[in-house]
Amino acid sequence: MRTLPFWHGIRAGLIVAMSTTPFGLLFGAIAVDGGVSPLEATLMSGIIFGGASQLVGVQMFGSHVPAWLIVLSVFAVNFRHILYSAAMTPLVKDFGRLQKAAAFFFLTDPQFAEAAKRVDRVGKLETAWYFGAAFIIYVVWVGSSALGAVFGQLIGNPKAWAFDALLPIYFLGLVMGFRKRPLFGAVVPVSAVASIIGMHTVGSPWHVSIGAAAGIIAALILHKPQSSNPDEGAKP
Amino acid sequence: MSLDLRTALIILAAGIATYLTRIGGFWLLSNVKNLPPRLETALNAVPAAVLTTLVAPAFFDGGIELKIAMIVALLVGLRHNGIPLILAGWGAAMVLRHFVMT
Repeated sequence: MRTLPFWHGIRAGLIVAMSTTPFGLLFGAIAVDGGVSPLEATLMSGIIFGGASQLVGVQMFGSHVPAWLIVLSVFAVNFRHILYSAAMTPLVKDFGRLQKAAAFFFLTDPQFAEAAKRVDRVGKLETAWYFGAAFIIYVVWVGSSALGAVFGQLIGNPKAWAFDALLPIYFLGLVMGFRKRPLFGAVVPVSAVASIIGMHTVGSPWHVSIGAAAGIIAALILHKPQSSNPDEGAKP
Repeated sequence: MSLDLRTALIILAAGIATYLTRIGGFWLLSNVKNLPPRLETALNAVPAAVLTTLVAPAFFDGGIELKIAMIVALLVGLRHNGIPLILAGWGAAMVLRHFVMT
C-alpha cells in the first residue's frame, strides 16, 4: 500500500507529460531558430522549468536586451506562482524541510492543478504522489525540449499544426478540473473579464495578476462566514 | 554544443527568480498558524482565478477557428476532461485551419 500514491503520481504525471510534450518540442525548435544552442535550450528547461517564461526569454536573447530586463521579464511572467505556493502552504505541512524546498521547485501550472485536484479527491497530498508526478513532468519536459532543439527543423510550420491552440485548450482543461469547487461559477467569469480588460489596457503579463486578483476578490466578497465563527457577526 | 557564459548566467538568474516566485507565497504564509476562513476562501479560489487568466484572453483575441476549437474542447470536457478534451480541441483547430479556413 505504501507505494500506491507514488504510482498514482507517476500516472498523473504521464497524462500531463503527454500534453506538455508538444510544447517542449516547440520550445526547443523556437529556441534554436532564435539563435540559442541546443544545450542552452535544454538548460533553460532544466533550470527555469516554465514554458511561457522560457519562450519570452528566448525571444529576448535574440535582441540586444540588457540581462537584468530578461531576468525581470521571466520573473514577471512567472509571478502567478506566488499564488500557487501560497495555496500550497496548508497542503505541504507534513513535508520535511528539504522536501518542501524541492517541492516548490517543481510547482508548475499542471503540477499545482493536479496537486489541488489530488487533495480534492483523497483529502491530502502525499509526498510520494507529489514527487512521482513531478519527476515524470520534469524529465519529459527537459527531454522533449532537447529533442525539439536537436530535431526542430522537422516540425515544419507550427501554425499548420495548430500548436498555438494547444496551450489555451490545455489550460481550459485545467480550469474545468475545478468546476466542483465552491464559488467556481463566480470566480471564473470575473477573472476572465478582468484578464481580458487587463490584456488590452495594461498588457501582458500583468493581465494574469489583474485577472487573478479580481477573481480572488470576487470569492472574498461572496465568502459566507461560518455560523461557528463568532467575530463575523453570526448568531451566538 | 555551445554554451555562452553570459547566456548561462542569465538562465541561472532567471531560474533563481522563478524559484522565488514558486516559494514566495509559502514564505509569506508559513508563519500563519491557523488560516483564517477568509484566507482559506481566497486560497481556494486560486486555481480557477489564475488558470482562467491563461484561457480567457486567448479565446477573446483568437480567430474564429480557435474560438470554435475551444468551445468543442469545453463541451467534450464536460464529459471527459483531460486527454479527450485536448485531442478534441486540438483536432478541431487543425481541421478548421486546414480544410475550412484556407
